[in-house]
Parts: sequence; C-alpha cells; structure tokens
Amino acid sequence: MADDRDKTRSGNGHGQGDDVTPSPRHPATASHFHHRHAHPLYGVMAEFEGPNELIDAARQTYEAGYRRINGYSPYPIEELSEAIGFTHSRLPLIVFIGGLLGGIGGFLMQYWIEVIDYPINVGGKPYNSWPAFIPITFECTVLVAAFSAVLGMLVLNKLPQPYHPVFNAPNFALATRDRFFLVVEASDPRYDHDKVTELLKSFNAQEVSDVEI
Amino acid sequence: MHSTHPVIDPGLTFASVTDKISSIVLKRRTSLAWFFGFAISFALFQLMLLAITNLVFVGIGLWGVNVPIAWGIDILNFVWWIGIGHAGTLISAILLLLRQQWRTSINRFAEAMTLFAVAQAGMYPIFHLGRPWLAYWLFPYPNTMGIWPQFRSPLMWDVFAVSTYATVSAMFWFVGLIPDFATLRDRAKSKPFQMVYGLLAMGWRGSARHWHRYETAYLLLAGLATPLVLSVHTIVSFDFAVGIIPGWHATIFPPYFVAGAIYAGFAMVLLLTIPLRKFYGLEGFITMRHMHNMAKVMLATGLIVGYGYIMEAFFGWYSGNKYERYMIWNRMHGPYALYYWALILCNIITPQFLWSKKLRSNLVVLWILSFIVSIGMWLERFVIVVTSLHRDFLPSSWGMYQPTVWDWSMFIGTIGFFFTLLFLFIRFLPMISIFEMRTILPEAEVDE
Repeated sequence: MADDRDKTRSGNGHGQGDDVTPSPRHPATASHFHHRHAHPLYGVMAEFEGPNELIDAARQTYEAGYRRINGYSPYPIEELSEAIGFTHSRLPLIVFIGGLLGGIGGFLMQYWIEVIDYPINVGGKPYNSWPAFIPITFECTVLVAAFSAVLGMLVLNKLPQPYHPVFNAPNFALATRDRFFLVVEASDPRYDHDKVTELLKSFNAQEVSDVEI
Repeated sequence: MHSTHPVIDPGLTFASVTDKISSIVLKRRTSLAWFFGFAISFALFQLMLLAITNLVFVGIGLWGVNVPIAWGIDILNFVWWIGIGHAGTLISAILLLLRQQWRTSINRFAEAMTLFAVAQAGMYPIFHLGRPWLAYWLFPYPNTMGIWPQFRSPLMWDVFAVSTYATVSAMFWFVGLIPDFATLRDRAKSKPFQMVYGLLAMGWRGSARHWHRYETAYLLLAGLATPLVLSVHTIVSFDFAVGIIPGWHATIFPPYFVAGAIYAGFAMVLLLTIPLRKFYGLEGFITMRHMHNMAKVMLATGLIVGYGYIMEAFFGWYSGNKYERYMIWNRMHGPYALYYWALILCNIITPQFLWSKKLRSNLVVLWILSFIVSIGMWLERFVIVVTSLHRDFLPSSWGMYQPTVWDWSMFIGTIGFFFTLLFLFIRFLPMISIFEMRTILPEAEVDE
C-alpha cells in the first residue's frame, strides 16, 4: 500500500491507501518499536495553531521525502491534501459506474416486466413504450449513484472505524474544533524517530509528541 | 449581488463558532419555551395517530373524498408537503453548486425541514390507498400472484421519485452531519452523549485523505440531488398533467409546479428561521443577508407562479375547447371561486410587497408574508385538485367536496408531527453545519 501511495503525486496511481492501522506483518513494523518506548509507536505528531502552518509543514515534510504522512483539520482544506500528495480519488469513477448500472438496470427491469413477462396492451401503444420508462430509469440512476457516492466514500475511508491511534494523542479532541495536526507514520520507509521529531520541531508547531498504537 | 450585510459575523473564530453551535445541543439548558412548543406539537402528533388509526379501522369513507372528487385535500397535502421540502434541497444542493456562500448557515436546517416534510408527504398517498397494509404492492417484487406494477403510469413514477428523493435527502443530510457528530463527540461531557455521537460519527477524525473523498462525495451528491429535486416535482405534476381532466392536462405544469414548490419551501424556511434565530441568538450566523436573499428567491419564484396562473387562464381561452374554457370560468365564478381569488390574493398580490427593501428588512412583515404564501400555496393545490375534478366533461358526474373533521385532523396532525421532529432536531443535533461555517471564516483563508 505504501508503494501505491508513492505514485499519487506523479498521477499514475490512484492513491487509495490510507492511514491504515499498522499491521504486524508489515515490513516496517520493526521501526514501530523504538528503544525508548515500551509501546510500539504509530508515529510522531505535530500540533499547529492554524491552517497555514500545517500546510507549510506538510509541504516541507513531503519534500523531505516522507510519504506516509497525514494531516488532520477541523474542516476540509484542499491545499492540505495536495501538500501530502493525495490528489486523486477513485470515487468519481465508482459513482459513475453506479449511476450507469442503476440506469441500465432500471430500464431493463421495466423492459423485462412490461414487454416480456407481463405485457399489457395499453391503448394499442407498443409494449416497449420506452418514453414512459424514462422517469423511473432516471430515478434508479440517481438512487444507485447516490448510494455509490456515500458507501464508496465510507468504504474508501475505512469508516466506520471507532478506534484509531491518533485519538491517543494529546489535544487531538481539538482536531474537531480549532487545532491542526500533522502525523508522520512509523510505517514510512524513511522513518527514523529522532530525525522525524527533529524535523517536526523545526516547524512552527505548538507541540510535537509520539502517538502510541 | 452586492449587499451591505455580511454572510457571517466577522468577529467569529473557529473556536467560537464551534462552541456556540455545539453548546445549543450540549450545554444550554432546555428552555421552558422548547418544552412548551414540543408539548403542543407532540399533542397534535397524537391527533395524527388517532386519525390514522381510525382511518385504518373504518376505511377511507371517513374522509370527504368520493367520486368525482376522489383525491381531496389528502393528495393536496401530499403535494403541499413535498413542495415545502424542495427548498431544502435547493439550498443544500443547487446553491452549493452555484458557490453561494450564504447557504452555509441555513443548509442543515433546511435539509432537516426537507426530510421531515417528505415524511409527512409520504404518508398521504399510502393511507389514501385505502388498504395501506398492501402498500408494498407498489414495488416491483417477484410474487406468487404473478403480477407486476404498471410502469407506464405516473403514479408508479411517483413511487420511485418520492422514495428516491426521501432516500437521497436522508443520505445527503447524514453525510453532512458526520464531521459535526465528531465535533459533538469530542465536546460532550456525559458518557451516553459521547457514545451516541461517537457511534454516529463512525470514527471521523478529520484526516486530510478523508476530507478529500468526503468533499468529492458531497459535491457529487449535490450534483445528483439537483436534477433529482427538479424531477420529483415534475413527476408530481405528471400525476395531474398526464390525466385528461381539464385543469390538469397542461404543458405548463412541470415548470410551474417546480417554481411553486421552491416558493412554498422558501416561505417555510423563513417562517421557521425568523423565530429560531431570534430565540437562539443566531443573528451572527443567519444574518440579514440571508433574509434578503430568501425574500428575493421567494419574489422571483412567486412571479413564475403568477405567470403560471396567467398562462392557465390563457390556455383555457386560447384552446377554444369548451371544457377548458368552462374550467377557467368555473374556477373564477363557480362554487369554489372564493378559493381561486384567495389564491390570487395570497400568491400574486402578496409577494409584490417584497420589491420594497424596507419591507424585506422588517422581519415581522417578512414572517407574515411567508405565512400568507404558505396558505396561498395550499389554496393553489386545492384549486388544482378539487376545482378541476368537481366539474369535468359530463354534468351528470359533477359533485361537491367537503373535507371532514378527519381530513383536518390528519392535516393538523401532520403539522404536529413535522414540528415534533423539528423540535427534537434543534435539541439534539447542530442546526447549523459547524464544519462548513469554519470554512467561510476569515481564519480559514490560506495564503499562497
């Protein structure tokens, strides 16, 4: 999944990998266990006062070569997802396919029922009176596309996910109020605890802390 | 559109917006006025349950409907409620696509209004079936009777349109609420509230990757809801326009119904937000800019509706068809003429006051005008449904219609149910979208 994410900037990958809960089988697991910590680490987190500080820090961290990084903010910030190299989502394609299937399925359902399985002659009109089938075809298109959008978003985001390591971080409850966070995950191939901490401390951060799993 | 009023009080910050809106739900003591309003609504809701129970036991003869007026005020109320709902979708979806920032502070509330109005609307056709326990026959499912619904009928289109609309509106509303559930989860002090909001938030943590997909999904939903809302009222108008009854069979119906729906819906949004913003002190979020804009939308759609009435009369005359001509004459001079002229007064004369900036700025006047428009839109559907049906082609099949006490009980009861849901909503959920408010704050500006 880490390789998948590396491609997101160059635009050829879909970048659906997310801040996954680290798996014990992952090769980078070794770096989770830092010698000074009894618990394995999820990563290092920096806390910022405002969106600009976070975006700057995210850009520089990305430029320093880190890829398994993520920002957390109380509202959507377009520049932030660009800064961490996440610019492409498969969601529009999923919704398009959903809509297409809904539309085709809706029409074929009506065609099969009204023409093949249960033909009724209404005023001598053709059995395949397709203009009369359009409203329901349209509604089915919208319904399935909307379901694809909502369920697709939740599935790609791996929600619902009640527990996540970042919730352990101090002040993280403010991520839904007025605080901004940047995390470099321990699963990053370049991860080195001291170097990452030093890098994050070089930014205009309020606090830099370790995030335990 | 230049206006001196800002979209949001310039002194607000991320923290103050969050705390102010979430404290209505979490900290503020439930006021006596809330309990009072809720009690009245809940009592009326019981009236609805009584009316429905009686209807199911006795049968549809309890209502005043009979041939030739088989639709009566029950289908009228269906159209009225669903029309009200449309303003919510217009505000949340269409204004989002048009990048109208002012929608941000009223979209959550308007969407809730949509959902609750559609819930009322949906009940009428089901109980009007006569045997509501067989309502599932409307859906195409393989059955031992070997029969299928007739998809060439506008009534089937209606089933699909309304159920899709209700489903998509609910999803749109819920998706909009997820980040705010997370805000409430992190602010709540008591364990039960933390658990309930936590479950609803589904572990939302504001990750940049999540936000990216979230915004994509939200935008796509808005793009889907926009043609959907237009299709729903178009299809509702097909319920009439596809029939051959004079007064129904007109090509003006779809656009005129959609405009009427938005007109009625904005009237209802104003009717509800004017007292609410005062009571909860939300003047910094819902500013005079919002009031002016909504009044302007009401004026514009009111003029379209007025054009519709004029065109109906013109079609009747220009068709040269004696049934069409009689229909218009009967509307203006027949036994239900009072309804017609009251409708003209409420829906064409009343909105003209909105041309005046002074009157638009007076919230009492605006509230009264909105109230009159709501009544006017109810009268419009009365004229369309009842007056058209009561005298069609053959004088031998003419009749009169009188709603019974049970018709009125059901109608008043649904108003009670609507307000019951609305009171619960403003007590337990943030009535203004917190995360969207953050995006329009000066603090959120990113320097490039």
